[in-house]
Amino acid sequence: MTTRPEGTQGVFPSIMTESFADDSTKPFWDAAAEGRLVATKCTNCGTFRLPPKPFCFNCQHRDIEWVELPGTGTIYSFTVVRHPLSPMLMPAVPYAAGIIELDGTQGAGARMICNIVDVDVDAVKIGDKVEIVWEHVNPGMSVPRFRPVTS
Amino acid sequence: MGVVSIKDQAAIVGVGATKYFKRGESYPETELSMACTAILSALEDAGLTVNDLDGFAIYSNSCDPAEVASVLGVPEVRFAASLTSGGGGCAGALGLAAAAIHGGMANVCVTLMTLQQLNKRLGGSEVGGVLAYATMSESASPYGGGGVPPSAAFTANAGLLSPGHSFSVLAQRHMYLYGTKREHFAEVAMSQRENARKRPETALRTDPMTLDDYFNARMISDPLCLLDYTQETDGAVAVITVSADRAKDLRQPPVHILASAHGGTGSWGPGIFKYFQANDDEFASSGHRPVAKRLYEMAGVTPDDVDVALLYDHFTPLVIMQLEDYGFCPIGEGGPFVAEGNIRYGTGKIPVNTHGGNLSEAYIIGMTHVREAVEQLRGVAVNQVEGAEIALVTGGPASLPVSGTLLHR
Ligand SMILES: [Zn+2]
Repeated sequence: MTTRPEGTQGVFPSIMTESFADDSTKPFWDAAAEGRLVATKCTNCGTFRLPPKPFCFNCQHRDIEWVELPGTGTIYSFTVVRHPLSPMLMPAVPYAAGIIELDGTQGAGARMICNIVDVDVDAVKIGDKVEIVWEHVNPGMSVPRFRPVTS
Repeated sequence: MGVVSIKDQAAIVGVGATKYFKRGESYPETELSMACTAILSALEDAGLTVNDLDGFAIYSNSCDPAEVASVLGVPEVRFAASLTSGGGGCAGALGLAAAAIHGGMANVCVTLMTLQQLNKRLGGSEVGGVLAYATMSESASPYGGGGVPPSAAFTANAGLLSPGHSFSVLAQRHMYLYGTKREHFAEVAMSQRENARKRPETALRTDPMTLDDYFNARMISDPLCLLDYTQETDGAVAVITVSADRAKDLRQPPVHILASAHGGTGSWGPGIFKYFQANDDEFASSGHRPVAKRLYEMAGVTPDDVDVALLYDHFTPLVIMQLEDYGFCPIGEGGPFVAEGNIRYGTGKIPVNTHGGNLSEAYIIGMTHVREAVEQLRGVAVNQVEGAEIALVTGGPASLPVSGTLLHR
């Protein structure tokens, strides 16, 4: 639960400050505002999908339940972005970003794509354990990032 | 009667192109004017005229056939279709042309790309204060609208802003799973540069590249450096396809469309850019494996029969993954395969991107590869593969569809 100033090296700034939520994504952002990570789970076959999609890619059913996840996971793959694609990003580079496989899900199909923070970008590895950290940008938008699990 | 197929039913009979330009330098030409120039040049090469042209079989909505037909005065358009998505369709659009011709819907089809990166940059770099990829709409409608899709907020703040970033993530996983190294990526870049150096009349990057040059290049997004990325360029390339029968009477020796396939699995989908639904066997790949299988089946040939491979090379690691997916080496062994010199022109087992590719010749979203395949099979390529009879051309990896086409003399 930290709020980060823009322009911190390693932190990709929250360039989208609205969730543009519809009924299918609103529960995610409502939970995010409370610092909780939730994902949709197919009530027929149990497959998780995130971001929410209108059909289960495994069994084609539509009904879902929202399930709270522990907010931990594993780096599936990543990159370290060193060249800023915009002048706005010069203070942020180098930053790490990648795909997180979420504990409590089947992995593929319910992954998150996020900035990985509080880390030496030259030491990030596939398989590293990470935990979610939210930036509460405004009452309607909380941005998820991941950082290495310490302890 | 056999199975209905486009196999050997159509042939490429004309190729035309503008000069290739560094990004933005094609101005004051426009994408429309360059498209028309390339089409006229391709028709001329074939010994045909605008009066013969009746089909547009394109990809990535490379041009608006309505506009082009109106500007050039095409008497009647009978076929106008584009493969969906982006550059992944370049090779597959030749199959679209063959299907239109074999199906009797058109007689003379053009496939083309025209590109000017003046007010836009495909690599995701900001132009005019807009980071296009971050908020890219999922809408496939040319009319746009609908605003920002609800799914955008799940990825926009992640920091993966471009194809290069996404493919870096893919490459990193390939390195992790199979031990692929940056030295392997370097060999792709260096071998293609060597090919480009011999054809300065078209290639935009012709200075020599050593392994030191590669490792001294600045990192863009790990594990990719500047020399792993394609160039950003302008230009247009067009090819003309007609039926195999008609091809016999035209000016150039026909280059037959032996087989063509496009598509991919649902779990690949638009995956590399946002969804990442694929598991390991597919994630660390080019997405081409199912397309390659169908392609070889249609053609009735094997990778051993391919004499030259023109593999879509927006990023070096994807050449390695395509070598695996098209069966030139086992899965996971693409790195060592290139390191052993197997893709070098003149000495390698399967010469790859003899024109220099997107990396060193020019990036016209895949059409330069089609042009090179045709020149190889006509026997007039600058880096001519001796006795080349079968060429492979691919489009993508990108969002589905990715595509491959086999051409032969
Ligand atoms: Zn299901």
